[in-house]
Amino acid sequence: MNEITQVSGHGLPLRGNDIDTDRIMPARYLKVVSFEGLEQHVFEDDKKTNRGPHPFADMRYQGASILVVNSNFGCGSSREHAPQGLARFGIRAIVGESFSEIFLGNCSVLGVPCFTADHETIDKLQTLLEKSPETEMVADVKTGAITAGSMKFTAQMPVAVRDAFVQGKWDPTAMLVDKFDDVKKVAKHLPYVAGF
Amino acid sequence: MADTLFHKVWDAHKVRTLPSGQTQLFIGLHLIHEVTSPQAFDMLRQAGLKVPFPERTVATIDHIVPTSSQKRPFLDVMAEEMTVALEKNCREFGIKLYLPDKMEQGIVHVIGPQLGLTQPGVTIACGDSHTSTHGAFGAIAMGIGTSQVRDVLASQCLAMDPLKVRRIDVNGQLRPGVYAKDVILTIIRQLGVQGGVGFAYEYGGTTLDRMTMDERMTICNMSIEGGARAGYVNPDETTFAYLKGRQFAPSGAAWDKAVTWWKSMASDKNATYDDRVTLEAASIEPTVTWGINPGQSVAIGERIPANADPEALAYMGFDANTPVRGTKIDVAFIGSCTNGRLSDIEEAAKIVKGHKVAKGVKALMVPGSRVVAAEAEKRGLHQIFIDAGFEWRGAGCSMCLAMNPDKLEGRQVCASSSNRNFKGRQGSPTGRTLLMSPAMVAAAAIAGEVMDVREVLEGVPA
Ligand code: SF4
Repeated sequence: MNEITQVSGHGLPLRGNDIDTDRIMPARYLKVVSFEGLEQHVFEDDKKTNRGPHPFADMRYQGASILVVNSNFGCGSSREHAPQGLARFGIRAIVGESFSEIFLGNCSVLGVPCFTADHETIDKLQTLLEKSPETEMVADVKTGAITAGSMKFTAQMPVAVRDAFVQGKWDPTAMLVDKFDDVKKVAKHLPYVAGF
Repeated sequence: MADTLFHKVWDAHKVRTLPSGQTQLFIGLHLIHEVTSPQAFDMLRQAGLKVPFPERTVATIDHIVPTSSQKRPFLDVMAEEMTVALEKNCREFGIKLYLPDKMEQGIVHVIGPQLGLTQPGVTIACGDSHTSTHGAFGAIAMGIGTSQVRDVLASQCLAMDPLKVRRIDVNGQLRPGVYAKDVILTIIRQLGVQGGVGFAYEYGGTTLDRMTMDERMTICNMSIEGGARAGYVNPDETTFAYLKGRQFAPSGAAWDKAVTWWKSMASDKNATYDDRVTLEAASIEPTVTWGINPGQSVAIGERIPANADPEALAYMGFDANTPVRGTKIDVAFIGSCTNGRLSDIEEAAKIVKGHKVAKGVKALMVPGSRVVAAEAEKRGLHQIFIDAGFEWRGAGCSMCLAMNPDKLEGRQVCASSSNRNFKGRQGSPTGRTLLMSPAMVAAAAIAGEVMDVREVLEGVPA
């Protein structure tokens, strides 16, 4: 598994709290049996109804790798189609004020590190990216150091999550199937599995 | 040591601490449906992994099923393809599947409890955020993504971080016309849609103690709308009485042993919590949302706050300082895993009986499961709705998320008993959803506008 130590590229500022996964990926695009092509539908309805150009439709942010969001991003439905769509769109890291837990978990298993920072910092970064979309950004997973042009700050990530990325252990499947005897032991001690 | 149900269940299911620092947690019951599972099975096949505990996964279809005609093949080609994929995956890996040709079919969060699969002390996972519903039985139930569905299939385990526990007490008697839905909408309004992030909510207090399982499910169901990944109620006699005799509930000598174990898993009296919140039932009013998240709500007699979020107001077409009451509706939807159970249909029927749906309003009554539908039909409730001009549908998610043909059009306004009023949630990118109790939806359907259900409940002063 790949070690993920750093993500660099252009940033994409997306303002708003409580942006739910229904908005990131409208339900009609969940009528699929694979995740392929979902990048085409990211924020599809928001793009149409947004007052002014939506950042995901804005040519200046095409090819961006780091999404910059506000609080409780990805709340609502557990649909992995949302982070899958973002990842396939090219987003390889997200910096935000906070994330919904299910969304965060989904991003982690997809190898998309999510960093958090306070509102003022995020707001400043979003303003910078709105003024200068060409700003080069680097997000260092190991230290949490985020640089965007001349702006520098340290963002947070839970230590365990950070270590998992840095050590290339962010996809849990291999670890979960590794000690199967331990799993059987736990199952045997649960009365509803073993029989009351 | 005194402990909470959450920690007891967590400890009993903990396999080990993973090298990543997370806990490897055994999952006792895995529920799957057609929308979030096909890619998981593909990943499994690609990795050459097996399903070691196929009997611990149960599948149904609910999200995409048409609720008008459920004859196969479904008219919607993609719905049919997804169903065929689930059939194939379940056959290949030996997983039990309930399609609409089986009496057991229904919304995954309605059928788990109904079949007695959902039990106290069990860890439950499902690729669906409203898995928190099952917590009503004292289970720790969490929504997961598709990659995690793959993990549970492959290992019967999840890599998880523990949650903190917030105890929410609701005490006293709910006033007439106030339902479980109003309780949870009020909790979310008070604590915020982000308030529960990092927490499991333990609901208790004398109001919860008196509630039926259906009501407790409504409350636990919407925990996720308050940001809490799990919500639960400690198991008690009400829980046991509900489970007794159900298809997958223990029976005979095992029953008594099960009850003893279930009781032992409940939070101890003097357990400590990371946070506590208390509400008085008498202070809760019939509640309705005005915005684009479930925390943006008001009591029916209240006005939209002066400092309301301008984005939400613009989308909904509301002004600050105005009431939601009196808002004309185009569609009335009763159903969903929040409020699509028999008692919800009964409460709505009381309001609808002898009346007609207002002109120009499309009204849908969608039972949460085939069993719920059959039970309602046995009691003649369907006729009350049909006579009033409601469409009486087959079981499924329907207009809760509009993945089937039931959708809002344009900027239609829907009075809905479901759980999400997100932008575009009910199928139209500009459609508008007002969340409320099934009784309030019924009242709105008859009046053609949002109203206070207490005005039509006999003898109840508003
Ligand atoms: S009824 Fe709605 S919320 Fe519940 S499972 Fe179906 S789509 Fe999800």
